[in-house]
Amino acid sequence: MALKTEPFVLNIGPVHPSTHGVFRMRTTLDGEVIVDLEPVFGYLHRGIEKLAEERTYTGVIPLTDRLDYLASMSNNLAYVLAVEKLAGVGVPERAEYIRVILAELQRIASHLVAVGAFLNDCGAYFTPFLYMWREREKIYDFFEMLSGQRLMYNYMRVGGFNQDLPDEFLPAVRKFVKKMPEWVDEYDRLLAENEILLARAKGVGILPRDLAINIGASGPVLRACGVKWDLRKADPYSIYDRFEFDIPTGTVGDCYDRYRVRIEEMRQSLRILQQAAEQIPGGPVKSEVPHYLHPPVGEAYAHIEAPKGELGFYLVSDNSIAPYRCHIRAPSLINLTALRDMIIGWKIQDLIIIFGSIDITMAEVDR
Amino acid sequence: MIASPGLNLAQYWSAVAADWPGGFWWHWLVFTVIIIIFILLLPMGFIYIERRGIGRFQARLGPNRTGPFGLFQPVADAIKVLLKEDIVPTTADKVVHFLAPIVAFAPVMMVFAVVPFGDGALLADLNIGILYVVAVASITSVGIFMAGWASNNKYSLLGAMRDVAAVVSYEIPLVLSIIGVVLIAGSLSLNEIVQTQEIPFILFQPLGFIIFFIAGCAEINRSPFDLLEADSELTAGFHTEYSGIKFVLFYLTEYGEALAMSTILATLFLGGWRGPVLPPWLWLLVKILIVFCVMVWTRAAFPRARIDQLMALAWKFLLPLALINLLITGIEVLAWPEGLPWVLIFINIAITLVLVLLWSRKFKLGWGRVEV
Repeated sequence: MALKTEPFVLNIGPVHPSTHGVFRMRTTLDGEVIVDLEPVFGYLHRGIEKLAEERTYTGVIPLTDRLDYLASMSNNLAYVLAVEKLAGVGVPERAEYIRVILAELQRIASHLVAVGAFLNDCGAYFTPFLYMWREREKIYDFFEMLSGQRLMYNYMRVGGFNQDLPDEFLPAVRKFVKKMPEWVDEYDRLLAENEILLARAKGVGILPRDLAINIGASGPVLRACGVKWDLRKADPYSIYDRFEFDIPTGTVGDCYDRYRVRIEEMRQSLRILQQAAEQIPGGPVKSEVPHYLHPPVGEAYAHIEAPKGELGFYLVSDNSIAPYRCHIRAPSLINLTALRDMIIGWKIQDLIIIFGSIDITMAEVDR
Repeated sequence: MIASPGLNLAQYWSAVAADWPGGFWWHWLVFTVIIIIFILLLPMGFIYIERRGIGRFQARLGPNRTGPFGLFQPVADAIKVLLKEDIVPTTADKVVHFLAPIVAFAPVMMVFAVVPFGDGALLADLNIGILYVVAVASITSVGIFMAGWASNNKYSLLGAMRDVAAVVSYEIPLVLSIIGVVLIAGSLSLNEIVQTQEIPFILFQPLGFIIFFIAGCAEINRSPFDLLEADSELTAGFHTEYSGIKFVLFYLTEYGEALAMSTILATLFLGGWRGPVLPPWLWLLVKILIVFCVMVWTRAAFPRARIDQLMALAWKFLLPLALINLLITGIEVLAWPEGLPWVLIFINIAITLVLVLLWSRKFKLGWGRVEV
C-alpha cells in the first residue's frame, strides 16, 4: 500500500529565532527533507550605498557601522582604507598598529558570536552561547573605552584616529590576550568532541571546493573547504605583513570544519594581538587630512579580511566632498548564495545549522 | 482506578485511620488531594530548579528578584501566563484545539495513582501497576498530536509528527528495560517492586537503567531529544499557537511528565521510598530531585539530535541492548530463583560497560543526505 504524498511549502522567517535577522526562506519539504529552497532578501534594505552618495567622506563612516553590526570596526577599517587609497592619504605607524589591534579584537568578538550562535542552532540550549558572550562583553568593554559605544563605534577616521587610545586600554588588552587562550580552549573542550555535535555537523552541508571558489565565497566558509586564502596574507593591507600567524583551513568544507576554522582563527588573532600589543610604537595617531576631503577624480577599491570574509569598498570620486558612487562587496551576501546548493537533500534541522554555520548578518546582506 | 479490595487500612498513612467510617472514600480523598498538590507544586519547584540550575550552568544568576532567592518566580510566571489572552487561530479546529491540552495533561496526573509514597501509601495498589503507567503515560502524545493537528500550523504539525514518531519508537526499549526489573521483582505492582528492592535495582540492572533513562528522556521530550519543541528550528513546535491557560497546561504537562519520569525511575531503579533515617516520602522526593537534576544537567550540556538520528538511536542502539539486557536478566533469574546474589552487581556492571562501548563503536547515527 502506498499512500499518496506531496511536498509542501514551509515559510521560514522573516521572523524566526534562527534566521539571524530578517531572512526568509521558502522551503519545499518532502516530509522533513528539503527539496527546494528559495531565499528572499531585502527586509532590512536601508539603501546604505545610495545614502553614502549624499554624505561627506567622513560622514559615511557611521553608515558603515550599520553594515555588519557584529564587526563595526572591520567595516570602518575597510571604508577608511578605500578613502585613503582614493585620496592618497598616509597613516602614521601607531595608527596602523591600533587598527590591527582593533580589527583582530573585532574578529574574535564576531567569531565568538558566530560559533555561539551556531552551537545554539544545533540545540545546545544557550550554554556555549552565553559563555562566549561573556568574553565578547569584555571586548566590547574595550571598544566602549575608545568610543563610548558598544556596537556602533564610528571610531576610525580617514588618515588615522581622532583621539589616541586611553591609557588603560593597552594594559587591559595585554591582560585579555594573556587570559583569552584559556577561554578559547574551554569553548573548544565544551563541545568539540561531543558525539551529538559530531553527528549533527560532520559531513553536513558540504560546500564543494570548486563551487566555493566559483561563487566567490570568502572567509571561514572558503577556508573550511581547504582553500588557503586570506587577504591578510594574499594581499596584505595595513601592516599585516609584519606579523606571524597561520591560516587555519578545513578539509571537507562541512559545518564542523567551519566551526573549527573559526575557533582556530580566534587563536591566530590572539597571536597577532600579542605581537601588535608588544610592538606598538608611540607617536601621532592621525596624519594631516583636510576637513573636507576632495579626492581627485578616479576610483579605488580596498578590501580587507573581515570576520565573515572579504569586505570590499569600491568608491568613485568626482572631486566633490561626497563619493560619486559607493559599492560594498558584502561577504555575507556572497557566502549566502551557496545556501541552496548546501541544503538540498538535508532536513529542516540541518537547514538551521548549515545556515548558522555560514555566519551572516542580515544588515550586511541587505545593506 | 479504585483501590483493590481487601486492603489493610492499618498500614496506611496515619491520617487515614483504619476505624474511620467509610475508609475507602477517605483513602480516595486523601490521596487524590495529595496527588493534585504533588503534581501542581512539584513542577513549580522543578521550573525553579531548572531555571536557577541552568543559570548556574551558563555562568549567570538565573531569576533571583521575586521573593527570597527568586523562589516566587514560578508563581509570578504562572500569574502572568494565566492573565494572558487565550488566542485561538481562526483556521484552527476549535474543539480539538480546546481538548488537546486536557488530553495531554490528564494522563500525567493519572500516572501517580499507582506510585507508592511510602510502604502501601498509594491511591491504588494495582497488580498491573507498571503496565498501567506505561499505557496511561503514552496517551499524552495523543494530546500533543491533537494540538499539532488542530493548530493548522506547519511548525506545530512537524513538531507533533516528530513527537509521535519518537514516542512510538522509544516506547519499545522503555518497556523492555522495565521488564528486566519486573523479572527480578517478580511483580508488576510498583509497591511490591519497591518492597523487593533490598538492593536498589540500578545495581542489578545498570544497562536497564541507562536505557530507561535515555528512552524516558526521549518519551518526555527532554533535551537532547526535545525535537518537538526545538525552539531554534520550529519556534515552539506543537504549542506555537497556544497561549494563556492552555499554554500553562502544556507547560505543566512537560514538567509533570518530567516529574512522572523521575518518579517512576526512582521507584523502579533507585529503591523508591526505601532509605534509612528519613521518612519514606522524603526519600522518594530526594531521589526524584536527583534524577531531575541530572536531566537539567543534560539539557544544559548537550546539543539536540536530529530526527533520523533519534530514530536510529532507538532502533539500532537501545532496542538491541534492551533485548540483550532482557536475555541476561532472564538467565540470571532462572539460575537464582531465590534472589540474585550480590556478586552479580559487578558482573552486570562489567557486562554493561562492555556492551555499551562495543555497540557505540559499531553503530552509526542517522542516514545523512537524501538524494532529491
